[in-house]
Amino acid sequence: MIEKAAAIRAQAAALRARFEAQGAVLVEPSILQSAETLLDLYGEEIRSRAYVTADPERGEMMLRPDFTVPVVEMHMAGGAEPARYTYAGKVFRRQEAHPERASEYVQVGYELFDRADPAAADAEVFSLVADAVAPLGLRAVTGDIGVLIAAVSGLETTKARRAALLRHLWRPGRFRALLNRYSGKTPPPPTRVALLAAADPFADAPPQSGKRSRAEIEARIAALRADAAAPPLAREQVALIDAVLSVRETLPYALERLRDIAVDLPALTQALDAFEARLEALGARGQDVDKIDFEGSYGRTSMEYYDGFVFGFVADPIANLPPVATGGRYDALTQRLGQGGHIRAVGAVIRPDLMIALSGKQP
Amino acid sequence: MTIKLGVPSKGRLMEKTFDWFGARGVRLSRSGSEREYAGAVDGIDGVSLVLLSASEIPRELAAGRVHLGVTGTDLIREKLVQWDRKVEPLAELGFGFADLIIAVPAAWIDVDTLDDLDAAAAAFRAEHGHRLRIATKYHRLVRDYLREGGVADYRLVDSQGATEGTVANLTAEAVADITSTGETLRANHLKVLAEEPVLRSQATLFRSRTAPLTDDQRTTLHQLRAHLDLRRAD
Repeated sequence: MIEKAAAIRAQAAALRARFEAQGAVLVEPSILQSAETLLDLYGEEIRSRAYVTADPERGEMMLRPDFTVPVVEMHMAGGAEPARYTYAGKVFRRQEAHPERASEYVQVGYELFDRADPAAADAEVFSLVADAVAPLGLRAVTGDIGVLIAAVSGLETTKARRAALLRHLWRPGRFRALLNRYSGKTPPPPTRVALLAAADPFADAPPQSGKRSRAEIEARIAALRADAAAPPLAREQVALIDAVLSVRETLPYALERLRDIAVDLPALTQALDAFEARLEALGARGQDVDKIDFEGSYGRTSMEYYDGFVFGFVADPIANLPPVATGGRYDALTQRLGQGGHIRAVGAVIRPDLMIALSGKQP
Repeated sequence: MTIKLGVPSKGRLMEKTFDWFGARGVRLSRSGSEREYAGAVDGIDGVSLVLLSASEIPRELAAGRVHLGVTGTDLIREKLVQWDRKVEPLAELGFGFADLIIAVPAAWIDVDTLDDLDAAAAAFRAEHGHRLRIATKYHRLVRDYLREGGVADYRLVDSQGATEGTVANLTAEAVADITSTGETLRANHLKVLAEEPVLRSQATLFRSRTAPLTDDQRTTLHQLRAHLDLRRAD
């Protein structure tokens, strides 16, 4: 046990040194983080994944479930530009559904804040991680949340529907239910039909109680009326979203496939130009892009802050391990935590414990 | 060594449990004074009665300190992570029925489904600057249910009692609670969502999967199970 902990510490130190050699500044965020910030970002879900505790002065606190949020907060409060940071330390995760998984483990991370050249920044972070885990022979899988956002934003339907779909991009079940309803595949529930059919829906309404006002209820009914009056989302439009989500190719073929889809969904073009620039930047860094997989839906069910390039390095499924390294772009997060400021950013984390577990199995 | 049977220590739940076992030839009784939480078992050898608070029985079963226990499905699911690995339901006892439901103000004529609740939560957050609050003491069950239902922009606020009053008191916008009749909800101008409840609960006899058993105890457990099954009253 002691030997294992020492091995993990040594591996973490080696990774950190590798990142520092790239000019990254070492940072050490607190273990106790404001629960309010994390709850605002992730919603109530975070409570099932993070440990909550209480401070008599600062109120509800959480043991850091990741480093990215405190690093972004720290950078936005007055970091240099561009900036590179590294850190090595434990994160704490409740494992309600999987008690067999580690609830505290070391992450070593690299975060790059740079507004000048996002394609080069994506390639830099990916390549650093790829090189660090190269001896393990892991599969690299990537995705692009920016392409998904562009696809939904380009749908020929109402603004309200596009906004609702974007809000649920990270909840595939609800996203699908919305598509089915907007396209008319599932009929509206009887309660809604009755509500919209009523001449005066408030005729027999019970007395108002609670904080949600009558004006808010009226506004929602107006929105439901507008939605009911809007034409259904065309099946062809749904098919385009499905086509984007089901792309599974190596990077160059994925780009080709997405370009084909963009013929009917031109809103993709800008995101695909960024994709292409990244492909070139990865090649320029010496990455063999023909060996990197792309999955249209990759990164959709993970943490909500990624909004562009996403990637992971995964072991053979037989090992039944979580990804050894994960990362991605989170431009919107810097705005949400930036108190008026904004910068583009991308980062990644590696788990030294999993690296050791995997290398120990090799002869 | 006897096998231990944990039963709720007071009220209707205890009486009905005694009745249920009694109808099957196993007479449970509380020994000594009303204040003493000890009991006796007649009609079968090798079983001892442990009277516990219903809310402690899940923990005692999971820890293997009682072999059998009677409690509500709701408490088992809320309190035990991976409950089905720790306990096995042996029999539903046919009383203590209660559904865990989500209720919103009856005045919300635009909200009947989870889809509605989600849309209302999004608009509410934009309007009020905080997430729509749902008062409950069943945090895990409700959170899992809302995740499955794809609801966002809500927050759970803890309420260990008088949960239905939180809406009128402006400390929550909606509630998630156990309801057996719905009268309390109506009295507080609340209505249940037109969805499957979070959970349908009733008093249930559980077996601990973690309690170690000697050969004698295994035989006793086998006999008790046969006894309860063979002499079913219904």
